[in-house]
Amino acid sequence: MGRVLLVGRLAARDLRRRPVEAALLLIAITAAAATLTLGLVLHGMTNDPYQRTRQATAGPDVVASAGPNPGIGQADLAGLRALTDAPGVVDHSGPYPVVGGELETDGMTGSRRTPRGEVVGGAAGVWAVGRDPAAASVDRPELIHGGWVRDGGVVVEAGFADALGVGVGDRITLRTRLCEIRTSDGRDCRVVTGRSFRVVGVAVTAAARPYPDVCFAPFCPWFAEAMENAQPQGPPPDGNERFLEDPVEPGLVWLTGPDVRGLVPAAEYLSYVVNLKLADPTDARGFVTANQASTIGPPILESWQEIRDEHDKMVQDQQRVLRTGGWLLGLLAVAGVAVLVGGRMADQTRRVGLIKAIGGTPSLVAAVLLAEFVVVALLSAAAGLAAGWLAAPLLTDPGAGLLGSTGAPSLTLSTVGMVTAVALGVAAAATVVPALRAARTSTVHALADAPRPPRRTPRLIAISARLPVPLLLGMRVAARRPRRVVLSTVSIAITVSGIVAALAARATIHQDAQLVGGTDPSIEPANKVLLVITVTLAALAAVNAIVVTWVNALDNRHSSALARALGATPRQISIGLSAAQVLPTLCGAVLGIPAGLTLFAALSGDETAKPPLWQLLAVVPATVLVVAALTTIPARLGASRPAAETLQAEFA
Amino acid sequence: MNTMADTALLRARGVRKEYGKGEGLVRAVDGVDLEVDPGETVAVMGPSGCGKSTLLHLLGGLDRPSGGEISLAGRRIDQMGEKALARMRRTAVGFVFQAFHLMEELTAVENVELPALLAGRSPRAARRRAADLLDRVGLADRARFLPSALSGGQRQRAAIARALSNEPLVVLADEPTGNLDSAATAEVLRLFDSLHEGGQTLVIVTHDERIAATADRLISMRDGAFVDETRLTGGTRGQLGALVGLEG
Repeated sequence: MGRVLLVGRLAARDLRRRPVEAALLLIAITAAAATLTLGLVLHGMTNDPYQRTRQATAGPDVVASAGPNPGIGQADLAGLRALTDAPGVVDHSGPYPVVGGELETDGMTGSRRTPRGEVVGGAAGVWAVGRDPAAASVDRPELIHGGWVRDGGVVVEAGFADALGVGVGDRITLRTRLCEIRTSDGRDCRVVTGRSFRVVGVAVTAAARPYPDVCFAPFCPWFAEAMENAQPQGPPPDGNERFLEDPVEPGLVWLTGPDVRGLVPAAEYLSYVVNLKLADPTDARGFVTANQASTIGPPILESWQEIRDEHDKMVQDQQRVLRTGGWLLGLLAVAGVAVLVGGRMADQTRRVGLIKAIGGTPSLVAAVLLAEFVVVALLSAAAGLAAGWLAAPLLTDPGAGLLGSTGAPSLTLSTVGMVTAVALGVAAAATVVPALRAARTSTVHALADAPRPPRRTPRLIAISARLPVPLLLGMRVAARRPRRVVLSTVSIAITVSGIVAALAARATIHQDAQLVGGTDPSIEPANKVLLVITVTLAALAAVNAIVVTWVNALDNRHSSALARALGATPRQISIGLSAAQVLPTLCGAVLGIPAGLTLFAALSGDETAKPPLWQLLAVVPATVLVVAALTTIPARLGASRPAAETLQAEFA
Repeated sequence: MNTMADTALLRARGVRKEYGKGEGLVRAVDGVDLEVDPGETVAVMGPSGCGKSTLLHLLGGLDRPSGGEISLAGRRIDQMGEKALARMRRTAVGFVFQAFHLMEELTAVENVELPALLAGRSPRAARRRAADLLDRVGLADRARFLPSALSGGQRQRAAIARALSNEPLVVLADEPTGNLDSAATAEVLRLFDSLHEGGQTLVIVTHDERIAATADRLISMRDGAFVDETRLTGGTRGQLGALVGLEG
């Protein structure tokens, strides 16, 4: 007990003796812990908004749709109607006619800028559902703006309207294209109908997946497996296959039934949707399984839980970015903390000697040093959990398609455990080596406060002899502590990879806006989160750069003083100390570019755009300049230490 | 104490160095006047803490005086900016320290060539000069050894070679034998002897009477001030070894 008390007391005193370093350690680990917490708690955060929307809109428990299929026939309306009488169904609305096509806003043929600043062009995919002007008992879309459908008036789903930048009073054009597959000529598509509508309302619904994943039979990508298994039941009547072109990344609009029917050349091209209310909503999945078609002909069913999960996917990109960001920040924290700890250890060699001289064992020394960082790690984990928990609702955007905002997430035991383990891991990874080294240091050596012998790298020494004096000094400073150089390089590479990933995200948003006429609403919140992560990474990297330079200045005080005695100017020393940081920065920045592109590709999963070459090329000099500027002050302070005092102190 | 001759290479007038304020004021160097002629060897002796090393640092431009004037080769160095001081140290002054102050990660030859590289010489010229100097101090066969692989005497000889790298006007040695045993001290003394022979101006701060005995002039220092000065009989040029009994 006495030993534990002693370790605790020594650790607490040392932390109090160096409050700035302790605060820096706390900030570094807290940032990593908070980001990781955010990544872990985001799962299921859209549950509240979806439930709220479902309640407000009398959302269905199961949505069933049926569509026409080339070579098979018209939509199985009878099958759809039969579902309304299936056991367990207590209410329904529909069947409503549905048609897939493309939507164009006024002036969308050229490129234009949305209220959110994206440049969009071309047409967007759309599903138009024909609804009665009267309210239905199941699925009553909640109007955010304007009124409900009327002849010639369209109501746009809120998420879709947000992405397109359209509002009440705007005009849109809906078109359908009829395609024909000729056995000899291949596929031929042409516009068969096109009609202008005025936007009369904007509404939310719980009965459809979010934009741009809205789907009805027969064009549900998630039902692709069933479609692949579908076997045409005989050849097309006239040898051709005719069908309406699939909407690409579609959103949802509501029209009146007659308006929807007016968009297709014949009723056989219509799909239909029915909304079912079950006696036991919790068994919606079971109902779907029991009634789901295994082939393309019969209706496609989807439970409310599946639709909710799709809305949850809106934050999955954010979740992925945050989780990855958490790990990146964790790595950065390891790099930063390792440098801090290394510098701190170098600064307390004498203290270690004193503890040993008065009878402290090597294990006691190691325990004291480790205890300090365990305390900091535990405090950081607690602060990170709290910060992540509080920030999650602010960072999470459930999308315009749902009502309300996300609430505070729940902290599970596994989340608390993992964040604490990571915080402890960061502290342990950065502390174990220096702690063991300090424990092994001979007492006499430690009492003499002799600096740790520098590493010799003959090749770098030889190369540096050919460089101008500041670079000669800088390269030699760097060469003396290769581990620190590696940590600095890793730190910058991680930061630059975050910056490049953020640039890639922006480029992808821009590309999507141009390709599909709107922005994937899941990307922008992810981009916002990525930006937050990148800013945090940059801030931590900046702290790291300053700390490394200062630790370098302390560690090289003897060699710097000697160089000054031999004729180096303070400016040369100062530039040398900065250069020692700039050289790994250059390597880290160059490595960070491919790492960032790979990271974003891994995060986004889909096809991604690359940032413009000039942006990638600008990242390297910009990073180097920023680091050079950041290191100027600690380098100058380090270089301005009186040389005589330092040289004399060596044998005082 | 001194006659101010125009020929002096290094000159100090009323030099003071103070630390602290009020009651805590410490006068490390208190009104020192000194002249060192070209080729002259001056030894400064005194107890620990009397201000010898501080004086040496002031003379070499490593530290700035609180008052007084210091000139080297006719130029006031106490008023120089940091850059000019650095240039002066690079070209006109060579330092030898008690603790050698060799860079641990550099070999002997790399340590010796460093001042030349700092002075902007080509790597090849710097290396050639360093090799010559190491040969001169008897360390040609140790050129590629790290300081940790050299004896104390060898380290100090390497440090002396480094001090000579840029052919300085004056070599300032701070307790050059303070960390050495007798044999190593003898090695270093021989080296200073040969430097003296070659006309190198030397200012040596020391506790070691044997070193002091080799000088042309011996100055005693106490509490930051010069208290005594002795011009050694017959001078020492060419007779250092004999004086301290190192020959034969």
